[in-house]
Amino acid sequence: MAIAALEVRGLSKSFGANIVLDDISLEVAKSEMVFILGPSGSGKSTFLRCCNRLEEPDSGEILLNGESLTQKNVNLNKAREKIGMVFQAFNLYPHLSVEKNVSLALRKVRGFGTEKANEVARSALDKVGLADKYRSYPSELSGGQQQRVAIARAMALEPQVMLFDEPTSALDPELVGDVLEVMRDMKAAGMTMLVVSHEMNFAREAADRVIFIDNGSIIEEGPPEKIFTAPANPRTKSFLARVSGN
Amino acid sequence: MSQWERFSDTFFNRAVIIQYLPDIYHGIWITLELSILIVIFGILLGTCLAVLRVYKILPLSFCIIVFADVFRALPPLVLILIAFFGLPSAGIYLSSFFVLFIILTLVLAAFSEEIVWAGLTSVDTGQWKAARSTGLSLNQTLIWIILPQAFRLAIPPLTNRAIAITKMTALGTVIGVPDILNQATTAQSFSGNASPLMIAAIIYVIIFLPLVIASRWLEEKFSWRKA
Repeated sequence: MAIAALEVRGLSKSFGANIVLDDISLEVAKSEMVFILGPSGSGKSTFLRCCNRLEEPDSGEILLNGESLTQKNVNLNKAREKIGMVFQAFNLYPHLSVEKNVSLALRKVRGFGTEKANEVARSALDKVGLADKYRSYPSELSGGQQQRVAIARAMALEPQVMLFDEPTSALDPELVGDVLEVMRDMKAAGMTMLVVSHEMNFAREAADRVIFIDNGSIIEEGPPEKIFTAPANPRTKSFLARVSGN
Repeated sequence: MSQWERFSDTFFNRAVIIQYLPDIYHGIWITLELSILIVIFGILLGTCLAVLRVYKILPLSFCIIVFADVFRALPPLVLILIAFFGLPSAGIYLSSFFVLFIILTLVLAAFSEEIVWAGLTSVDTGQWKAARSTGLSLNQTLIWIILPQAFRLAIPPLTNRAIAITKMTALGTVIGVPDILNQATTAQSFSGNASPLMIAAIIYVIIFLPLVIASRWLEEKFSWRKA
């Protein structure tokens, strides 16, 4: 069997007495798009942040293409290059131009020269449809454009896995489509993606697998067709009923 | 003698001005030299202290906070007098110039530390997360992402504080630093005429008004449009 692109084994995390993640295990195959659903406060975002150790898990193991990220001597900065992350609030650097937002890590982490970094940054921006915005500042862009810059910033480092933390939740409805379009392209190009989102229609159409997290545990998983039409767990059922407004 | 003649003779006496202008002129350089040194070292030291707090080494952070609070609480004149008149009893002899420099630098550092720290903490934590997620180290994130944004927030209060502290170089007059005010008060007591003090006031305005205007300009330049 092929090694999973991302493997999580027995991940647990508590904040004080509050158990946020309780022994979660998950394998994401190469080029697979896995959607994570669950009520707010269920630990989805914490789970995602644990995957690149922005949040330090209490216990458990994370493997990227078979290489552990949780061993003591692992170079975390090197490892994080290989895991792209996109945030709900975009988190672009407001003092840098769009081009520099993307090229900074290429220069400082990859060690590219300015010329090469700019070239790679521009081609990443071209891919998300922002070829005319190199010199703009984040504040001059719409939310949808900002999120696409954030995607380009992560993609420029050629990650092996992309994590999306509610990428469209902060966007006006008419801007959501552009971002989803970019994610669709990424999937078509074979990117491995782990997505926390409430875009049910998109999940149904694009996800290979949907997992449902509640109270820090995976309580159901399966292909989107099955989860959305015939959820087995009553909690999944009631969650889906609530978000679809029925 | 008319009222006006008496007024101009007291405050703008030509003969007195011409006689003492060279001394006051010498004082200008002392004041400028001190001001520039204090601003550079004070802000540099304050920034370093604020940055050290980012590493969350608790005993160190505690010491920095105590330093900042004490030096912000005490009147600088008290510190200057203690250092200049107290330290020699302990066998430490410092020149009046050096005492003024070191005390005002420490006071400015204390204020700068608090201002820069406030700037650092008000940068959104998402900036840290985004930068670290691309593989930037803590130091790289600090240098390229957090500090530039913190400084934009800190520049207006920092310039105001720098101006306030450099004006305090006039306190040096009590320990005999030959700055503008010291030269002027000496001249005033020799001549029995207030004109040197007026000249000193005018020179302070000439030196500090451009700084006040520059701070206004900096404030506008660095307040960048937020989304």
